[in-house]
Amino acid sequence: MILEVRGLHAWYGESHILHGVDFDVAEGEVVTLLGRNGAGKTTTLKSIMGMVARRQGSIRFKGEELIHLTSYKVARRGVAFCPEERGIFASLDVEENLLLPPRIAEGGLSVERVFELFPNLKERLRSQGTKLSGGEQQMLAIGRILRTGAHLLLLDEPTEGLAPVIVQQIGRTIAELKQHGFTILLVEQNFRFAQKIADRHYIVEHGRVVDMVPGAELEANMGRVHQYLGV
Amino acid sequence: MTEIFGIPTQALFGQLLIGLINGSFYALLSLGLAVIFGLLNIINFAHGAQYMLGAFCAYFLLNKWGLGYWWALVIAPIAVGITGVIIERTMLKPLYKLDHLYGLLLTFGLALVIQGLFRNEFGSSGLPYPITKELTGGHNLGFMFLPTYRAWVIVASLAICLATWFMIERTRLGAYLRAATENPQLVQAFGINVPRMITLTYGFGVGLAALAGVMAGPIYQVSPQMGADLIIVVFAVVVIGGMGSIMGSIVTGFGLGVIEGLTKVFYPEASNTVIFIIMAIVLLIKPAGLFGTQK
Repeated sequence: MILEVRGLHAWYGESHILHGVDFDVAEGEVVTLLGRNGAGKTTTLKSIMGMVARRQGSIRFKGEELIHLTSYKVARRGVAFCPEERGIFASLDVEENLLLPPRIAEGGLSVERVFELFPNLKERLRSQGTKLSGGEQQMLAIGRILRTGAHLLLLDEPTEGLAPVIVQQIGRTIAELKQHGFTILLVEQNFRFAQKIADRHYIVEHGRVVDMVPGAELEANMGRVHQYLGV
Repeated sequence: MTEIFGIPTQALFGQLLIGLINGSFYALLSLGLAVIFGLLNIINFAHGAQYMLGAFCAYFLLNKWGLGYWWALVIAPIAVGITGVIIERTMLKPLYKLDHLYGLLLTFGLALVIQGLFRNEFGSSGLPYPITKELTGGHNLGFMFLPTYRAWVIVASLAICLATWFMIERTRLGAYLRAATENPQLVQAFGINVPRMITLTYGFGVGLAALAGVMAGPIYQVSPQMGADLIIVVFAVVVIGGMGSIMGSIVTGFGLGVIEGLTKVFYPEASNTVIFIIMAIVLLIKPAGLFGTQK
């Protein structure tokens, strides 16, 4: 396993958000965390990334314990994070946004390859990052972490608020990244989208992983998933 | 004698030169303040005291170790910058989670303590610092006499300001700084050591103040009060330029120095207040400052 999370607890101030999250991700897999709003999916990603100050338990990445590391040290070990709000910097143009994360290892995509995946970005290099459309901003947010050489990508709701055609493009990109050898941990509310691209789905409820459904069995277990997600 | 608007050219251009000299220090100091405010969100009231420390550092280097002006230009910013690093690590860092007012109060208190200690030791009158022999003398331009040292201060300040602007606006390091101003948590999650960057940025801003202090020594003398006299005007410059705006600090610093100088020629009674009048007008019309953006 490239990522092993055991008994992960996390707090925001006095609020206890995660109550012992357990799951694994194997190398080259695409795994989703499914769950309702407020279940703790984003907090799980941020905890792995070292962005939640108070956390307990164990997060092992390639066998190395990350739980006590600050986020820049986690990033330098090969984990990259794409936040739900995309985190495009208004004071930087598209090129600066794209080149901002430093390369931490060999194996990242070249800028040309990122442009092949997201041709829109090449046409708007000099535009202010936040002047892009929502879909283009999402492409930029994903594109910039592909350059870094990170092995594990944490994507937080990459399809949120996007038009169906853009969602399809993001889906194709994630499938290509999987073929390229990236391991992807994805938080999604849109399980129709997740269904097509993920190898396994973990269901998160009240700060815990309560179930796991293999990708191939999702269709057969749709009733169970609907019950968890309340749809 | 040639006159412009009834003013002799020697007097007009003399005051213009003084305005540019003052503007050089306004720009250098407000630039440091803008860099610090941009990333740390701290209004560094100790900036005037750190400017004074730079001048005193140059004075000590010359009188205790025989190291002259050029050495002081290198050593004083580094030495005072290191004190800034220590202040950031030990005193400012614990305040980041609190309201910005606490940082302002701490640095204000630090300024009072540093100035008080130096006044106790050296008194209030200024100590002389000679102009280095390479920069003595001047040039008669026909319409005015231009002292070499003052020309050097203007050119060097402008060069330092533009180099700082270039570093922040046109380099990868500058992109990190600008991005960290917006979302430090995410920049850190990209693998950049933001706490260290914040510490070094504070040290750099303090170093700029010290550099201005070294350059000011031969013009204004070295005095414990030299920073306190200047800092209020510099804060007005920062507010007019836009808090945290790099180009705003540079343009406004030089521009207000010139306006102040010209006011001394045309209406001397208003020369001490003209900058504050401009500040009030700018705040009424554009509260974020001329180059600032509303957050």
